[in-house]
Amino acid sequence: MAKNFGKWLISGPPVLYLIVFFVIPTCIMVLASFRYAGEYGGLAPVLLRDASGAHLNLTLESYQEFFSDFIYSWLFIKTLIYALVTTFFCLLMAYPLALLIARSASKYRDLLVLLVILPFWSNFLIRIYAWMILLGPQSAFSAALNGFLGIFGVGPVRLLFTPFAVVLCLIYVQLPFMVLPLYANLEKHDPALLDAAQDLGANGWQRFWRVTFPLSLPGIYAGIALVFVPVLGIFAVPDILGGTRGIMIGNLIKQEFLEARDWPFGSALSIMLTIGAMIIVGGAALFAGRRRKGDV
Amino acid sequence: MALLEIRNIVRRFGDFTAVDGVSMDIEAGEFFTLLGPSGCGKTTLLRMIAGFDSPQSGEMLLDGRDLASIAPEKRPIHTVFQSYALFPHMTVAENIAFPLRMRKMGKAEIGEKVRQSLEDVRLADRGGRYPGELSGGQRQRVALARALVNRPRLLLLDEPLAALDMKLREQMQLELINLQKEVGITFIYVTHDQTEALALSHRIAVMNGGKVEQLDEPSKIYDSPKNRFVADFIGTCNLIDAEVSVVGEEKMVLQIGGLGEVAAKNPGTTCGAKGILALRPEKVRIAAQLVPGSDENHFKGRVHDFLYMGDVTVYIVEVGEGVHIEALLPNSAAGRPRILAVGDPVEISWRYDAGTFLDG
Repeated sequence: MAKNFGKWLISGPPVLYLIVFFVIPTCIMVLASFRYAGEYGGLAPVLLRDASGAHLNLTLESYQEFFSDFIYSWLFIKTLIYALVTTFFCLLMAYPLALLIARSASKYRDLLVLLVILPFWSNFLIRIYAWMILLGPQSAFSAALNGFLGIFGVGPVRLLFTPFAVVLCLIYVQLPFMVLPLYANLEKHDPALLDAAQDLGANGWQRFWRVTFPLSLPGIYAGIALVFVPVLGIFAVPDILGGTRGIMIGNLIKQEFLEARDWPFGSALSIMLTIGAMIIVGGAALFAGRRRKGDV
Repeated sequence: MALLEIRNIVRRFGDFTAVDGVSMDIEAGEFFTLLGPSGCGKTTLLRMIAGFDSPQSGEMLLDGRDLASIAPEKRPIHTVFQSYALFPHMTVAENIAFPLRMRKMGKAEIGEKVRQSLEDVRLADRGGRYPGELSGGQRQRVALARALVNRPRLLLLDEPLAALDMKLREQMQLELINLQKEVGITFIYVTHDQTEALALSHRIAVMNGGKVEQLDEPSKIYDSPKNRFVADFIGTCNLIDAEVSVVGEEKMVLQIGGLGEVAAKNPGTTCGAKGILALRPEKVRIAAQLVPGSDENHFKGRVHDFLYMGDVTVYIVEVGEGVHIEALLPNSAAGRPRILAVGDPVEISWRYDAGTFLDG
């Protein structure tokens, strides 16, 4: 009895917190996606009373709207592509970086990790606006790039307000979230395993592919989850850098809530996004779980 | 020609000289042990033979070929690591197949060799398990199987039994001896455990401070230690300061402060030389009353203290002025440990050639 009490004392507050601020709001949003929009925005009442009494005032209209126009599905697919490209390039750049930090002398490691998370010390929006300046037509970066392309008779290209700008900034914003779990994994590898692999005849490349890489898969999965999922819902980056062509599903959801004031449709989009993310991440985790059976 | 010739190997780390001009020849088929306290350079030497580290000077020749010119992954030398270093993401069978796959051997041949290898280490039913699912002893056997599967010229073992409990360690020692006999591969074994070294090896190199103190067969190392360090490090030993007073053809007389004259074997020293008498406790007879033989030293004393060890009792006997000599008494008879109590008068004796006089 006393033992259980102690357990609840410790796990109770976070459970309560999640129920109040996650489970209940999610339920409210699921319900909202089946309701009608109010006349001046917001939501129409759930129960309607008329002569025959009270009856439920729910509808599938929002979901019908989602599937009636391919433009919404396309926005989903486009967002998915942005997220995949971002995750891919984050992984490609973060892996060597994490490996470098993990293999460097222990006295430098903390400093290098600190440098990776240093950007977090300045405001997220300010960093995005910095990219706006960097990619703007007047910037030295744009001038240099266009000057270079001009040699080959190409361009000039516009960088700002393009999908390219969005993905470039997404990679920048999400890179530390890939580096940190990878580093945490790689740093724990027993160096004796690489000695053993070399001792048994493996050259440098084989040591990486057969030992380091498979052992780092849990770190890769964690990094993918941390980069991929947040990108699906992001709206600030495309808002500032994307123009009209770089719009993502997060922008549409934000618009439905704040500008169109169509809460049921915004809720339905959010629910669809959550379900989509769950299917992708859940499927990946299942796949990873099978692969990771051997880890101890 | 010896299988492995080690010539004047020196390895320094900053100001610290880990291996200080070591030379030795290791013969084919030998079970050779590097024995010494931690920091004596034995592991550094082993790592240089494997190729994980390189000497600053000196050379190592395997079958007459300079090892420095062969990359670690190309050397026909495999290592059993102290931590076993089994690949946690591979099954037991995949672990053992690893060195074969690195040599681009055919699938069918790999399968056959792995199966045979698993049988050799009595793990035929464990091939599909992951290392994390095995006991310590089983992991040890997998590590051995993996290192031996493609028959290296030389197997290096870095304290491979250190992580096992005592019972299992003794069992694995027997298995190691048998395995080495069966495969006929040269083993170089590193340990700080002197009983393990004595039990396993054909020859032992006792190392200290980066140098080889003595290189000999186990019985020679134990019975005729070359210096104070070896006598002290291997087993327990009475080390008594002594001075040579009379030198005969085969025998000599030592003068020991507080005790008097003691007969000893003459190792070829001169009169007046100072040194120590190294005397193993089990070579000292002890009883309430003794009839000494003609070749024996004989002293009367008192039991100063004793340690009951189960199989034997160690008596610390005070003879003469402040001279303490340890003697062993096997507890083979019932009630033995109670025969002598602290303060009891006892007599001890030992043959003149039971001890070794060490100069300096």
